[in-house]
Order: sequence, then C-alpha cells, then structure tokens
Amino acid sequence: MKIRSFLKRRLVSKETEAVVDKIPKPVGSFGYDAWGFNTEAYKIGISLFRPIYEKYFRVEVTGLENIPEDGRLLLIANHSGQLPIDGALIGYALATSPHAPRAVRAMIERFFPKAPFIGNILNEVGAVLGDPVNCAKMLDREEAIVVFPEGIRGSGKPWSQRYKLQRFGLGFMHLAVQTNTPIIPVGIVGCEETMPTLFHLNGLAKLLGMPYLPVTSPIPLPAKVHLHFGKPMVFEGPIETEDDAAINVERVKDEINTLIQSGLEARNGWFS
Amino acid sequence: MSEVEKPEVLITGAGGALAQNVINQLKEQYRVVLVDFRRRVQFDEGMSSYRVEYNKRGFEDIFRKHDIQAVIHLGRMGLYESTHRNRYNHNVLGTQRLLDLCHKYDVHQVIVLSTFFVYGASPYNSALISEDQPLKASELTMDLVDSVELENLANIYLWKYPELNITILRPCNIAGPGVLNSMSLLLSNSLAPVLIGFSPMMQFMHVEDIASAIVVAFKENHPGIYNVASDDWISYQEAVVQCGCTRLLIPSAPEGVPLRISKMLGLKAWPSYLINYYKYPVVIDGSLFNKTFNYKPKRSLDDIFSYYREKKALGIL
Repeated sequence: MKIRSFLKRRLVSKETEAVVDKIPKPVGSFGYDAWGFNTEAYKIGISLFRPIYEKYFRVEVTGLENIPEDGRLLLIANHSGQLPIDGALIGYALATSPHAPRAVRAMIERFFPKAPFIGNILNEVGAVLGDPVNCAKMLDREEAIVVFPEGIRGSGKPWSQRYKLQRFGLGFMHLAVQTNTPIIPVGIVGCEETMPTLFHLNGLAKLLGMPYLPVTSPIPLPAKVHLHFGKPMVFEGPIETEDDAAINVERVKDEINTLIQSGLEARNGWFS
Repeated sequence: MSEVEKPEVLITGAGGALAQNVINQLKEQYRVVLVDFRRRVQFDEGMSSYRVEYNKRGFEDIFRKHDIQAVIHLGRMGLYESTHRNRYNHNVLGTQRLLDLCHKYDVHQVIVLSTFFVYGASPYNSALISEDQPLKASELTMDLVDSVELENLANIYLWKYPELNITILRPCNIAGPGVLNSMSLLLSNSLAPVLIGFSPMMQFMHVEDIASAIVVAFKENHPGIYNVASDDWISYQEAVVQCGCTRLLIPSAPEGVPLRISKMLGLKAWPSYLINYYKYPVVIDGSLFNKTFNYKPKRSLDDIFSYYREKKALGIL
C-alpha cells in the first residue's frame, strides 16, 4: 500500500490519471473490484507500460473506432509471442483509446493464481483467471474481455507455425450467444517476432509446473506490433450443438485471419 | 400486543455478539427464548434463558415448555474452540437434533447461519461465487468438514420438510464489536500474519448489518440458500493495514512452509486449516439475497476497519 502510493507519486502523470479517470469502471470504496482490479495499480501499470508500448514495440493501431464506448464485449484475438504481451498491448490500446477508453479484462492461464506476486499483480491490472463463470459474471457487469481462444497452443507455438491460427476453443462462442455479447475480432501482427522459438523443453516445464518452456530470446525482441480491430460481429442463438458453435467460431477465425493477412501485407518488415 | 400474545422465537448461540444484535432487533415484537451451550445468557429481565447442549435430553424440554414458532440457529462451536470431532458432534449432530425437534414441535420457520468458508479457498475459484457452486471446503481439511456437513444437513431438511421454511445464510467475514471469530481476532491483533506474494480479495460485513440481514430473512421468510455479502471488496493485506495491524511476513513457498509456521505459532486468529483463505480468494455473490429481501448493508468497509483502528489507538485491543 505504501509501495503503491510511492510508485503512483513517482510514475503516474496527471495525463495518465485523467485518462484512467475517464474510464467508466465500477469499483468499491477502496478502489477494488471483485476480481482484484485496483484503480491505482492500473494507473501505475499503464504508466509503466507506456514506454514499452510506444517506444519498444512502437504499436500501431487501426479500428479502435469499432469499440463501443460501453456495454459487454468480447475481443477475440490471435495469440503469440510466448509471453502474454499481446493481451497487455490490447489492454493499453483500449485504455488510451481516443474514441472510447475502456479497462479491458484479459483471461490468464491457471498457472498464474498460484504464482506469488505475479498472480496478484496481474489481477490488480485487470487480468482474471480464464474461467467461463468468471467470464459470464464479468459480461453481466458489462465488462470488455479479451480472449485468446487458442490458449497456450497459440502463445507457445514454435517459429515454424507463426501466423498459422491454432485450434480455437468454442467456449467464447457459447458465452457470446448466452449473454448476447458482440464480438470484436482482433488481428495481431508482430508479436510472433518478439520471441522466435525453435523448440520447447517440455520435461523441464513439467517439472517446474509451467505450461511450456521455450528455447528463445532471453528478452522479447523489439519487433513493431500492429493491432487491427475488426467490426463487431453479433451471433444469435440458440446454439443447439457443438457443430453450430464451431461454424460460428470459424467465421470469427476467418475474420481474424483476414485482419492478420492484411496487416502482414501492409507492414514493411519486422522492425519497421 | 401483550407479552403473552407475542410469538416465541428461539435463538441459539445467544451469548454471541451477533445474536445480541439480533435479539435487540426482535425483542419488541417477539418473545425471545435464549439458548447457549457455553453459559446462561443474561439479557432483559423476564427473558427465558437456558444453558444447554443441543444433544442433551434437556434441550427438548424447552420445546415442551414454550410454543416456539421460529428458530434462529446461530450457535456454533467456533473453528478454534475445540477438536474437529467435538465440533462435528456439536455443530452437525446438534443441529440435526435441533431440526428434528423443530419438525416434531411444528416450528414454522428456521434460519441457519452457515459461512462462506464452505466454498473452500482455491486458486481456481471464480469471483462472485453464487449459491449453486459446489462446496469444496472439506477437500482442504478435516477441520472444515463440520461446516460443510451442517450445510448439507440443513439442505436435506430444507427439501424433506418444506413446512420448516428453512433459510440458510452464508455470510462473508463478520467483523466489528464483540465478534470473536478467527478473522475478528486477527484484525484485533497488532501483528497480522500475511503470506509473502499473496493478498486475496476479501469481503467484510459489520456485525450489525449481518444481524439486520438475519432479521429481514426471518421477517420476510423466503426459504432457500443465500450468500450474504456487500458489493465492496478489499485485498487481505490492505484490510489488515487499514485495521492498524503490522504485517508479519510469512514465506509462502515451498507449499508446506506456511502450514508448518502456522502450527508452530499456534494462533487462534491464524489457524493452519485456514491458510488457503489467506492465499486464495473466496469472493461470494450476495446479489440474490439483496434482491430477494431488498437488502442493503448500512456500514462501509471503513466503518468496520475504523473500529479496530480506533480501539488499538486507545489501547483497548
């Protein structure tokens, strides 16, 4: 608490404070919500992440005008780069959006809540355990949630599989239909090049209780990242079978693929 | 209404701070019969009061002697009070006896106070746990088996004898003046153990608000199972700081270390079987209760914490 006050004094500018204060985010009397999000920690997180977003990855964004200013929302994106940097980049882009700033929630792997410090810190800046009940409850509270339906299949894929979408889980589609939530497809270009991975040390990862352990660059490389937000997609139910859900999911996947391909064509190279 | 015409309500655990608050809110409209297994509770003059264990034969005499219309069952042996076997006998078998007597003597309504502990603390808990989620506390430790079993028992009677109109309440952490549960004892201390790297979200309600919730559940009578919690949250470490405690940092890894340290410390306020509750969140959703009973707590988190802070500043705690 003292540390948080100290960091806030040192790191958070008046501009950042004003940006975050504009975001409609219901919290309790001590600034927390039920999932552990904390307004002050979020401001510190945004301030710390600014140079990474602006200077290191030099993120370029298109389609932010497609994000509605309020109401429940699922942002469905491709996952890559070994670390959950893509989720943080989407979060920052939405928090600082000139159109409609929003505090987006990211779903995290089941490994994190058991990790000292990391689990709590991720919660404080808006990340939440990837769980359908959590997701449904947050949508009930009109939150915007970023979901990577590829899960670790996407984030942990090796270099040979870059920009090839892995199998999508169907859970997000059931949730979208059940809760009448629009979906924004997001194509991310550049994160694949931040940590090119040749192979994984699966045995050691299992021993350490980690989802995977890549043999890769010791730190993320400063590849230029492009985020492309597509137009809202609305799916009407009911979903009778898993095949129905899979057909809808394929439509989202196609849309994300289109956004990725146009992003790849538009960029000049990995670092520019 | 004359004293004789007032309906009779039996309250167990009458010596506790929560029960005292409930009694104060009910005594004008009801003839309150007080029962406690620890001591004979002195309240207002003329109020019937008994020291009796629910498992003993004498307990039935109270039902014979009084025309009990409703029972508010608050009397439980606390988590730190005895062995888990004694707690099981008192809390589970005693409650079974109580419910059997309620059925035998045509009691029209029973309120059972349970606890949010029944959900269990797990790293994989979602937030805002609703009443239909499984009760996983007994997976953690034998010491919480009685809490889960008491719930299961009340549930069985809820469906088997609908005429008993059983309402089960699962409140979040109860705190405030006179409360002697583990959490309140912990907040009263100057040193509060915290696990390094973990600070789960928690919910607290003032003892007076929980008493009001019990009274409204009793008066409006909508049988069922309800979480009772406010729509406000705070991390554990921030809560203890707000209460004026100094954090005592306990290593959280390897996994068995905090358990061993807790056993070594032997603190009633930080028992080993509750370690996971100081590590992982158990955030419950109180919206069903609030909506059904049109209920809103009056006291804020700061009202609760300032009680502990001020008492410490005055050297009372």
